[in-house]
Amino acid sequence: MAQYQVVHFNLNGKDVEKVVDVRASLTDMLRNDFRMTSVKKGCEVGECGACNVLIDGEAFNSCIYLAVWAEGKHIRTLESLLGPNGELSDIQQAFIEETAIQCGFCSPGFMLSAVEILESGKEYTDDQLRKLLSGHLCRCTGYENILRAVKKVMYCRLGKELPEA
Amino acid sequence: MYDMKALYQAESVQDAVALRLAHPEAQIIAGGSDVLVQMREGKRAGKELISIQRLDELRGVSLEEDGTLRIGSLTSFSHITRDPLIQKYINVLGEAVDQVGGPQIRNIGTIGGNTCNGVTSADSASTLHAWDAVVELTGPEGKRLQPIRDFYIKAGKVDIREGELQTAILIPKESYDRCFGHYIKYAMRSAMDIATLGTSVNVRLSPDGKTVERARVAFGVAGPVPLRAETAEKLAAGQPVSLDLAEAFAQAVKEDINPRDSWRAARDFRMHIAVESAKRAFIESVKLAGGEL
Repeated sequence: MAQYQVVHFNLNGKDVEKVVDVRASLTDMLRNDFRMTSVKKGCEVGECGACNVLIDGEAFNSCIYLAVWAEGKHIRTLESLLGPNGELSDIQQAFIEETAIQCGFCSPGFMLSAVEILESGKEYTDDQLRKLLSGHLCRCTGYENILRAVKKVMYCRLGKELPEA
Repeated sequence: MYDMKALYQAESVQDAVALRLAHPEAQIIAGGSDVLVQMREGKRAGKELISIQRLDELRGVSLEEDGTLRIGSLTSFSHITRDPLIQKYINVLGEAVDQVGGPQIRNIGTIGGNTCNGVTSADSASTLHAWDAVVELTGPEGKRLQPIRDFYIKAGKVDIREGELQTAILIPKESYDRCFGHYIKYAMRSAMDIATLGTSVNVRLSPDGKTVERARVAFGVAGPVPLRAETAEKLAAGQPVSLDLAEAFAQAVKEDINPRDSWRAARDFRMHIAVESAKRAFIESVKLAGGEL
């Protein structure tokens, strides 16, 4: 017997409300009910990071998070990074410049982890950044370009010169 | 969609207890990184779930009047690592849970779930054993306290009784006072891997830093449940700090551990890394406590 609940939350800055099946994952709800197709279905067991979203500012794999748990939360997906006229954010731009994207399947997840990292306002070492990005799998570009893209934005936002590699 | 029969969302601890009594077959779900994955795999498919996810009163770390450190069962790994009280009194716990899975898993996973799943490889479990943690369970008759060593019954089975749920992990002051510890996770990868062996050592030195007043060591994956190596602990107590003591302490852990062969590693290899990890973690703990080796 299907069981439904009403859930109210803030999605990318907008208050929303939805009746959802309690069996739905947050990935299911964001993709099917809100068309947030940047949230990818990858492994669906919390290992690959393709479904990563920010919940109250922290990165979560939305595939292992029930949709009804969104009640009262602030949720951000990659769609929130775009400007009002579809302009790319500095993070997206850096991923393009550093060739950190190939097929693009892992990119939304990586970029949202990058948001959490960058919004902390801290300066991290390469090893720390590698650890902070370690919850994502990429099968195309390898991780160096992704690391370089995140590092570039980090130094830019801190108003510092990017150190020579 | 998850293949679940029903979801009951608790709004308070009392509500959770009532739901446990009303639905004894239902599985408690906290963060979801074990339960939902197992449901997806089919192991828990078709089951009822009692979600305690909304019980924010079970989140956070605090210090009780008698100095007991209280860690709410729903506190996530990342919040434990960042917590100032954890950093001050039991830093090794924050470092151990910072090695669980990856960043997103550390935001999802809870210390309660990490202990209630009864898994020997849990990164928090060896440290909690090594610090004589006490598990607080709340049930129909109120609260029940149990030393963590008695909480684990066998692999995958812990002592949670009818109507109960775990509400906190307590570290008594006597247990953390002047103690310094170090955790070593041995795994094939640095992220998204399960420990081949987990070793947590802590020491309390005499005020001059020259004698070991107390040394404690616990392992994960050295037996079906996390365990202490008491022979080594007794050997080190009251002894002067030295590298020879570190070696003897490490060799003595073999008396109490009983690792198995698995696809992850052979028993002999686990015995070898247990000794080596115990030695390194002992040396590091002594250094953290201000001792010289």
